[in-house]
Amino acid sequence: MGVKLLLDKANVPGIRTYEVYRREGGYRSVEKALKEMTTDAIVEEVKKSGLRGRGGAGFPTGMKWSFIAKPEGVPRHLVCNADESEPGTFKDRYLMEFIPHLLIEGLIVSSYALGSNDTYIYIRGEYAWITDILEEAINEAKAAGWLGKNILGTGFECNIHVQRGGGAYICGEETALIESLEGKRGNPRIKPPFPAIQGLWMRPTVVNNVETLAAVVPIINMGGEEYAKIGVGKSTGTKLISACGNINKPGVYEIDMTISVEEFIYSDEYCGGIKDGKKLKACIPGGSSVPILPANLLLKTAKGETRYMNYESLSDGGFATGSMLGSGGFIVLDEDQCIVKNTYTLARFYRHESCGQCSPCREGTGWMEKILHKIETGKGEMSDIDLLWDIQRKIEGNTICPLGDAAAWPVAAAIRHFRDEFEWHVNNPELAQTSNFGLQHYADPIHVPA
Amino acid sequence: MATTFNDTQMTEFKRLVARYPEGKQKSALLPALHLAQDSFGGWLSTETLDYVASLLQIEPIEVYEVATFYSMYNLKPVGKFVFEVCQTGPCMVSGSDNIIDYIKKTLDIKPGETTKDGMFTLKLVECLGACGYAPMMQVGKIYKEHLTKEKVDSIIAEYRAQAAANN
Repeated sequence: MGVKLLLDKANVPGIRTYEVYRREGGYRSVEKALKEMTTDAIVEEVKKSGLRGRGGAGFPTGMKWSFIAKPEGVPRHLVCNADESEPGTFKDRYLMEFIPHLLIEGLIVSSYALGSNDTYIYIRGEYAWITDILEEAINEAKAAGWLGKNILGTGFECNIHVQRGGGAYICGEETALIESLEGKRGNPRIKPPFPAIQGLWMRPTVVNNVETLAAVVPIINMGGEEYAKIGVGKSTGTKLISACGNINKPGVYEIDMTISVEEFIYSDEYCGGIKDGKKLKACIPGGSSVPILPANLLLKTAKGETRYMNYESLSDGGFATGSMLGSGGFIVLDEDQCIVKNTYTLARFYRHESCGQCSPCREGTGWMEKILHKIETGKGEMSDIDLLWDIQRKIEGNTICPLGDAAAWPVAAAIRHFRDEFEWHVNNPELAQTSNFGLQHYADPIHVPA
Repeated sequence: MATTFNDTQMTEFKRLVARYPEGKQKSALLPALHLAQDSFGGWLSTETLDYVASLLQIEPIEVYEVATFYSMYNLKPVGKFVFEVCQTGPCMVSGSDNIIDYIKKTLDIKPGETTKDGMFTLKLVECLGACGYAPMMQVGKIYKEHLTKEKVDSIIAEYRAQAAANN
């Protein structure tokens, strides 16, 4: 049983309510931060903790905080990114739905550290019922004196507002989110200026993921140094992993980033193995945009070393033989899954979600979707595979925001690791409609785990 | 249907606008559109969009460009209940194709269509963040998860009963 810092109380009956949350020790970090610590000291603790952004990019949170500009007389804002939309990712939803006060508590401390008197939670529009849960939690916290004017007699004022999005993956990108929060289309901005200098309403703004802000609570309670002792290397603390696909126990798990991928998939404490006794074929370990890995490269690195569930180990080997921890959206595919079809649905997703601002992404995602559909429906030609490769290369790195990369990487990795399956589709157009390539990919010499 | 908020809706609209600084009322546009859609029959007509623009004191075009960008705003009339079925990777590997086919057959409609009685609309959508509870669909504010054919049958019956009770 690993250390749990975020979800350790998630199963306490009634923890969603303020009364139970407080009784279980909630809001202690606000008392400690506001009464005993300076704002700089809080930023310092977060730096010491080694906390990295939990939305997918993994940027050091303390460093991000230290960039915020503090011009005289200009309000600053903290914005919580709850626009969880990366396929395979549903961890923030779990946290907000079952232990909403943890997020509110983290937001108060973080708002204090950054000097934000009006803090916004931007939540994906589809999470409508969670919006209600958060607003209820905010009202309870306000009634108990943790929000509003002069919190704990310190003179600090903090209000938290929840804004629902309108259904657009791109608004998870921080500048698109800010545009959306200003009542506009979610078109990412060109950086610089970075949000820390000119963000929401051109004011200094920090945008952090839900899980990141929740993690500030244990960091303040236990101290940054203690937090950093959990985990390994630059993967400190705990990480929420949302596991889905063909496994026995889909769900949200908190891990301390020292466990192996094999343990995570096969142990009963986590995914409980592959469903229906089938074999593992492939996995997308960090949300749909990170490279898919075939089973052999997932459980062990190319050097034959055990692969672990952390930032460094999952990216070991770069994109040639590795992937990324990303958002922690862990998608498992069994032997019956078709890589071409899976890649097609993801390409369709990115075409649908492209904001249309940059030509390589707007045009390229459409091309990739169409070509993959062509191959999937038995009309593909061998040259289509090279064309796909060519298109994804022309998208990557050539767009304002990372959606272009996010659309390119899954296609690139699928071809890189499963080219034989694409070729089989082209060569066997009829057979591919009724059966699938299965595990032929793993014919000798590649080992398929039992 | 009249495109004017009643007192309750107007109170909510004012609460939404009050969350933003003076002069930044445009920020309330997305939530205001949700409110308008919920208030005026589940979709946004041009009249409704113009009404929201006038309330927020912004140009109608500013509202149109937002309403057409985001997937949750319906710009055409929809049925009483909209089945928004996820079809992205994680749902697909968990059998969403079978569920979509079953709904199409049972309701005798294609994606984007509404049943003749105006009761149900079928929409295929991209990832809704319920990957661990797949296959799934959203109906209004609610997520219906771990879908099976039997569960789809009971959901359809549930909404038919709900509509009958409200008539």
